[in-house]
Amino acid sequence: MTNPTLAAGAVERHLRARRDTGHGLLMPYVTGGITPGWTDYLRAFAAAGADAIEVGLPFSDPTLDGVTIQQASGTALARGASTRRILADLSGMPDVGVPLVVSTYYNLVLHDGPEAFCAALRRAGVGGLIVPDLPVHEADELTDVAAAAEIELALLASPATPQPRLAEISCRSRGFVYAVSVMGTTGERAALAASAAELTERVRRVTDRPVLLGFGISTPDQAREARRHADGVVVGAAVMRRVLDGAGPDDLRAFLATLRQALDQECDRPR
Amino acid sequence: MRHLLPWREPVPPDGTMGEPRARGRFGEYGGRYAPESLVEACREVDEAFREAWVDPGFRGALARLLAVHAGRPTPLTPAGRLSEALGVQLYLKREDLTHTGSHKINNVLGQALLATRMGRRRLIAETGAGQHGVATATAAALLGLEATVFMGERDIERQALNVFRMRMLGAEVIPVTTGSRTLKDATSEAMRHWVGATGDSHYCIGSVVGPDPYPWMVREFQRVIGDEARGQCAAELPTGVPDYVVACVGGGSNAAGTFAGFADTPARLVGVEAEGGAGAARGRLGVLHGCRSLFLQDDDGQITEAQSLAAGLDYPGVGPEHAHLRDLGRARYVTVTDDEAIGAAVRLARTEGILPALESAHALAWVIRAADTGDLPAGSTVLMTLSGRGDKDVSTLKELL
Repeated sequence: MTNPTLAAGAVERHLRARRDTGHGLLMPYVTGGITPGWTDYLRAFAAAGADAIEVGLPFSDPTLDGVTIQQASGTALARGASTRRILADLSGMPDVGVPLVVSTYYNLVLHDGPEAFCAALRRAGVGGLIVPDLPVHEADELTDVAAAAEIELALLASPATPQPRLAEISCRSRGFVYAVSVMGTTGERAALAASAAELTERVRRVTDRPVLLGFGISTPDQAREARRHADGVVVGAAVMRRVLDGAGPDDLRAFLATLRQALDQECDRPR
Repeated sequence: MRHLLPWREPVPPDGTMGEPRARGRFGEYGGRYAPESLVEACREVDEAFREAWVDPGFRGALARLLAVHAGRPTPLTPAGRLSEALGVQLYLKREDLTHTGSHKINNVLGQALLATRMGRRRLIAETGAGQHGVATATAAALLGLEATVFMGERDIERQALNVFRMRMLGAEVIPVTTGSRTLKDATSEAMRHWVGATGDSHYCIGSVVGPDPYPWMVREFQRVIGDEARGQCAAELPTGVPDYVVACVGGGSNAAGTFAGFADTPARLVGVEAEGGAGAARGRLGVLHGCRSLFLQDDDGQITEAQSLAAGLDYPGVGPEHAHLRDLGRARYVTVTDDEAIGAAVRLARTEGILPALESAHALAWVIRAADTGDLPAGSTVLMTLSGRGDKDVSTLKELL
């Protein structure tokens, strides 16, 4: 078996390097094309201390997303957002200094074919890919193609995933392992689910790849708690609710700075 | 004199409409493209179904429910006056005569029985025309389960009577306000809901769509239509097997169940789609709602909204096995318009005293057109599944006629 550390691509090397200094990882999400100047959010995220940024390519039928991301996808599509236009926007902006990870549903990957899709991501400066409706047992068609294009395909792990399958997911995932904190859809929640700690602990047993917790992490307290178990957090709905409510890049920078601070405080805490 | 030989297709290769290949594949279609959170739940359904389907106890219990509750077997009705007018011998497989008024009850009784065997307490379902929702609410009441049914807001308006029926039966009906507010969005919402409810709930998918094992499992629960019809045709038709087997296709469950009974015969299989919802006839390869199949999409890969007067055909894709049957050439998929379906519904009502569901009227519309154009040779024997009764569509028809 390939040594996952040696096989690590640019996204994973970047995240590992930051993690290994004791830094809690922060990956905010934005729906591509959500506003006319949406790429300004990326700069704001990076300025607020994001370690990677997830860019959602909106799909008409997002079956794993709660109301906020659904609404964001619908709004972006109504504005004429498409894979082609979003990637063109990314190509036209200066490097933000942190890896960009695209997330979308598999229909959009199949639409142009995995090879053309990954090549287009690469040309747009994207380093990673998350496809929530492509579980590990269906991923063969995409994994080699993505690797050849130097796109790191990060796989999702769920609280319901049995341990042997979790080992396979952790081994085949590239960039990081996306640990879904709760049995549910994306969206803000009042508290971090107990399943988050248990899942992260199980992933850690089988890999030392960076583990990011997502789904439901929306406040500094939750980020701090998540950091106790995982290497970092993905924050989507809490960002997009603010964007949908009219918050601009500066507002998001301020919000993400509170999460950054919480993660940093948790890192500084005596262990 | 019948001129059928030039129209015959070869008997299909062994295994057509049998068990899917590894990983739930029908040719290149099917699979289990589910969020990781649902993969284990799909595996549990698969395991439970495989065990149940070879268990005489389960098969016996289901057969009894189908007989004493659903009213099976349904008759094969010769459509005498219409046949004479069309110049073909048309036989109707009368799923409209089942309890709750459509073929949906066959699948739902199977899945509800499976759910109880798996220790689940609640059924989740999506519905378009409301027939699957009514069937789910009925089976849940019968077996002492709870039922939560997701239905697009637009369909709720179109099918108010069925919404009331579901609520009378004790089901919770949740309006879906996203997207086109029809079946596709109700399906997405039901899947989202299932992600958070796998511990105590079974997702009772209403058609031959969704992640493996649903397309196969639902076809097997609907196979009773085709198996019964095969025996009835053997007893009543001079040729034993009809020349044509015709059924309407939304996701395609009644067609899959019907075709399964004739897949190993020389009968020509015809699936009839709505002009505005022709996944098999005009769809492109894609992945939606857990399976790889043919879906209506725009140039950017977004799923487009299907348009049909028949809410049950208002789905932008088709089950993966239909996509495979199309590729094999074993089944042919054609489309008819809303107007043709309305005309066919009225014609059946006035010639045979049967008001069909608008979904089924699509299948009949093709039979009428094909007989008129010679696509159906004179004297052909045609089996058509009448998937449901038209009571639910009376208000729609009243507005249009």
